[in-house]
Amino acid sequence: MKQVLSVEDMSVTFALHESEVHAVREMNFTLAEGETLAVVGESGSGKSQAFLAIMGLLAKNGTAGGRAMMGDINLIGMAPSQLDLYRGKDIAMIFQDPMTSLNPTLKVKTQLGEVLVKHRGFDKQAALKTAIEMLERVGIPEPVKRANAYPHELSGGMRQRVMIAMALLCQPKILIADEPTTALDVTVQAQMLDLFKTLTQDFGTSLVLITHDLGVVAGVADRMMVMYGGRAVEKGRVDDLFYDPRHPYTLGLLHSTPHIAKRAARLDPIQGLPPSLEHLPKGCSFNPRCAFAFDRCLEQRPPLTDAGDGRQKACFYEGPMAYGQVA
Amino acid sequence: MFGYAIRRVLSALPVVLIAVTACFFILRLAPGGPFDGERALPPETLANLRAHYNLDLPLIQQYGIYVGRLLQGDFGPSMVYNDFTVAQMLWIGLPFTLMLGFTAFVVGTVAGLVAGSLSAVNQNKLPDYVLVMLVMVGLVVPNFLMASILQLVFGVYLDWFPAGGWKPGSLQHLVLPVIVLALPHAGRTARLMRGSMIEVLGTNYVRTARSKGLGTRLILARHAIKPALLPVVSYLGPGLSYLLTGSLVVEQVFALPGIGKYFISAALNRDYGLVLGTTILYMLIILAVNLLVDILYAWLDPKVRYD
Repeated sequence: MKQVLSVEDMSVTFALHESEVHAVREMNFTLAEGETLAVVGESGSGKSQAFLAIMGLLAKNGTAGGRAMMGDINLIGMAPSQLDLYRGKDIAMIFQDPMTSLNPTLKVKTQLGEVLVKHRGFDKQAALKTAIEMLERVGIPEPVKRANAYPHELSGGMRQRVMIAMALLCQPKILIADEPTTALDVTVQAQMLDLFKTLTQDFGTSLVLITHDLGVVAGVADRMMVMYGGRAVEKGRVDDLFYDPRHPYTLGLLHSTPHIAKRAARLDPIQGLPPSLEHLPKGCSFNPRCAFAFDRCLEQRPPLTDAGDGRQKACFYEGPMAYGQVA
Repeated sequence: MFGYAIRRVLSALPVVLIAVTACFFILRLAPGGPFDGERALPPETLANLRAHYNLDLPLIQQYGIYVGRLLQGDFGPSMVYNDFTVAQMLWIGLPFTLMLGFTAFVVGTVAGLVAGSLSAVNQNKLPDYVLVMLVMVGLVVPNFLMASILQLVFGVYLDWFPAGGWKPGSLQHLVLPVIVLALPHAGRTARLMRGSMIEVLGTNYVRTARSKGLGTRLILARHAIKPALLPVVSYLGPGLSYLLTGSLVVEQVFALPGIGKYFISAALNRDYGLVLGTTILYMLIILAVNLLVDILYAWLDPKVRYD
């Protein structure tokens, strides 16, 4: 299948007063046309920063290294004015909080239309018409009325639909959705995921879904990448990782998720806290919280290696991992 | 939007009445009166004068008469310059004072907004440091001192502008007074604008705008300036009142024919009519500006319109 995005050896570093923090290291992945890739991890695992870096949206003290190839273009290290030719057109992003991600002082139609004016050279009339069509497409009732509304007149779910409409206006090749359902009601979440599925299929858009919610992953994604401490620790098809996790952290994440069929009296969370990126433990970053860690894990960091079936994992442990064994 | 403007205008009316009442009675609380000179007047003359200006009536009745006249646009007579009515006195000095104040207001606001925005966009870089320092100078140096320094440097040593005085229609004579008046106002505006612009540039919606590839100029012009102006605009009302009162001092220092001189001597002489007239006129101007600010606010922030 055709690759639309190929990330090679990408890193993200933030300069602090007297030190620096490596938020993302040695990241490699590809995104195929029409595919949905889920990027999963706890807060601080670097999952959002990696994609903000690709969009050129890092905070001022952040720098990105490596390559993110969209066709022949490397998005990393590109001047903002150059990036503006692609952002919003070929690669778009939806953010976590729809309440604050729209400009409160501009009407919805302005915020939608400007994308088409900028990237497609539409005049205002044509842009408005297309914007209203797109609002209808993302399931907004009375799209003409909503187009003339200000964001504060819309509910959270509506605003996220507006964000989706805005991101898809130019039918981008790649859509990055950073926790798009986290701030929404559960009932709205399901609708939103359906919408993502339908629209990305219709437009042939590849979707990157950044989330910590494995329920979301199971419903929508084709492949997933699990991140821990700034690195990918396991990659593969969603079904494989769900039914046969090979990294203890993936196993732990799965056990931390409530399951309606199992009705366990208690959840089985991963013990301890995610590590501070400034003081990662020696060896494998996960070793303090891992039930399977042995001597080698404390000394060496396991590289991401092929584990058959197109899967990859970064773990030395090769034995069986049974339920309940994660500390 | 239009309904909102009407509501705001109507709600300003009671404010006017309360302010007039407060000014009237507070002025009368001050000891002494317009005819208490160094040399006491003969009792009959004093009684005649007091009767002429209704000062012999009970205070509440005097208040009634004053408000009644005011409603017909009559500020009454001046009690010290007895050949003039208050309206005539105001007409001599006030237009100049207002012209000076508003010019400084416009110059200071524009300069402040530009400086604040430039600072914010270049945050923690050289242009920012330079501007922040200039702003501090504008803020902390008192206007009478700044006036003297500018007079000395640009009026005497360099001889670029006249150090004082006034020739009708001469912009040259206005440059230094306007700068002195506008500097603190520009400083406060710049500080507010810098802070709020930095905040806005860090918001999620500006990040969204960047993710859409809109380009810096469009992001600033369309997405950042309007919300960043909000806190600045709410300062403009009080800002103008500082300028109008500050202009009294600047007029003295630069020997300009404004209302300042009369206002100060009127207050010392207890010229009730003139003090009240000036105060009420200032109040009306400031109310009008606040009204404009409120309406501007509603335009900038759509949420305000529905309150």
